[in-house]
Amino acid sequence: MTESVLRLDHFNFFIGENQILNDINLKFQRKKVTAIMGPSGCGKTSMIRCINRMNEWVKNARVEGEILFYGKNLFQMDPILLRRKIGMVFQRPNPFPTMSIFENVIAGYLLNGIKLSKTDKERIVEDSLRKAALWDEVKDGIHRKGTFLSGGQQQRLCIARALAMNPRLLLLDEPTSALDPKATSHIEELIIELKKTVTIVLVTHNIAQASRVSDFTAFLYLGELVEYGETTKMFTVPEDKRTEEYLTGKFG
Amino acid sequence: MSLKTIKNTQQKERLFQSLLSASGVIILVLVIGVFITLLIQSMPAIIAHKFDFFSHTTWDPVSGQYGGLSFLVGTLLTAFLALLISIPFSLSIAIVLGEYLTEGWIALILKTAIDLLAGIPSVIYGFWGLFVLAPWIRNLEIKLGVLPYGVGILTASLILALMIIPYAASLGREVIRLVPAELKEASLSLGATRYETVRKIILPYAKSGISAGFLLSLGRALSETMAVTMVIGNSNLLPTSIFSLGNTMASVLANEFSEANGSIYISSLLEIGLLLFVVTTIISLIGRRIIKKMSVHQ
Ligand SMILES: Nc1ncnc2c1ncn2[C@@H]1O[C@H](COP(=O)(O)OP(=O)(O)OP(=O)(O)O)[C@@H](O)[C@H]1O
Ligand SMILES: [Mg+2]
Repeated sequence: MTESVLRLDHFNFFIGENQILNDINLKFQRKKVTAIMGPSGCGKTSMIRCINRMNEWVKNARVEGEILFYGKNLFQMDPILLRRKIGMVFQRPNPFPTMSIFENVIAGYLLNGIKLSKTDKERIVEDSLRKAALWDEVKDGIHRKGTFLSGGQQQRLCIARALAMNPRLLLLDEPTSALDPKATSHIEELIIELKKTVTIVLVTHNIAQASRVSDFTAFLYLGELVEYGETTKMFTVPEDKRTEEYLTGKFG
Repeated sequence: MSLKTIKNTQQKERLFQSLLSASGVIILVLVIGVFITLLIQSMPAIIAHKFDFFSHTTWDPVSGQYGGLSFLVGTLLTAFLALLISIPFSLSIAIVLGEYLTEGWIALILKTAIDLLAGIPSVIYGFWGLFVLAPWIRNLEIKLGVLPYGVGILTASLILALMIIPYAASLGREVIRLVPAELKEASLSLGATRYETVRKIILPYAKSGISAGFLLSLGRALSETMAVTMVIGNSNLLPTSIFSLGNTMASVLANEFSEANGSIYISSLLEIGLLLFVVTTIISLIGRRIIKKMSVHQ
């Protein structure tokens, strides 16, 4: 039995009058990849942005219910400390253009004003870039600007930046939607490798991708959790008709 | 698209481009024209006193001495001092209005107030400086035990600082607003606070634009005439401290041009004008180079 790192408990999310997420109950298993799927606008991004409390800057945003992170209600935790434990990779690669590749990787430390010795810095940078499968490609130009990299390399740099903080949970919001097939397969291999050490939530539109890398899948539709289960099972015998329609390409 | 409409669009495009080039040429011609006029008119003075103009601080038209150094120093001193004083204010206004208070009526009022500040005629600033600020400075000078003129370099710099804040603040606000939201989010998602995000992501990203605002402010301070003339004390001696009286190149022109007699006198004043023109151009060129170096997109 694997333990749950994160649990949404009767979770509702509103922006103004609109209910974006409706009574979500969902557990994320430790060191597993959970895919979140569903048609555009169903609330996938909103959900993961609630998990690291990035929605707090959205005007008129409001939550009801609980999200438990290692058993503790994360809305009662310090958001700054919480975000250091939860890494996030965005839909579009967003390395810091003012920083070199090296600085981008340790950006979390630089931003938080955490002092590191030179050897620690070098170790963290190399480790994170190796984990993100980018080290060999950039090791000779590590002090160049991160924005000189290709889109796929930039996205892996962003993954390295998130990994450098040693997160316990990694939120990936369609990390390959802007990438070509080669870069995509790179990142998919990376996700499979990473789940040895970290719990991953992967938002994706790509059904093949979900079946390749995820252990569990949650299917959202119009802000509701329609179905949740083991990916292999859900993809072969979906219980809900809407899931089946989505998987066979009827909508989405 | 039919061939005809394509042709039509191409024609419009060409017309537009020639209009653009024409306005560019006109501006260039004007600037060069001003420069040449100043150069020709100040020739007699340049021939008459050679390099005395730069090495000499005595400006005494009655006895025929035309040293312009005090004015050059006065201009540079007041302008840079004003810039230095204004930076903390314009920068914080830019940050507050660009990042923290981007909407709502308070933001609107603040923004409008800043823009209005730029629209106040400089003679009003001069009066305010003379009747409100100068007495304060006089009190300060009495406390410090220096000669209590009230007016002088410091008073002029303070007035200038106030006048130039809106330029850097408005431009700074715009460039800070243009920092991509995804960079701010990336920073916040790494556990940075809002303040850390401003300091380490937003400001570095926007710094070339912010500096462009400072350059705009500096240019304004270098050439401001009326307000400075009213509060600087109009002394032709080289300023020895920030409490000294002084004169800038612009203020001496404003003060003396109407009463100048004698061709060398007028020509020497025009030489000051030429110098002001050259100094502002050089500073603006250097500033542009610095800004270009800072730009994130190169
Ligand atoms: N800042 C916001 N203000 C108002 N409504 C918003 C905001 N952000 C998202 N929404 C709404 O919330 C709903 C869910 O959006 P969300 O971005 O979570 O969808 P998604 O499932 O990630 O879609 P996609 O697959 O297209 O990325 C949408 O109806 C959207 O209009
Ligand atoms: Mg989304």
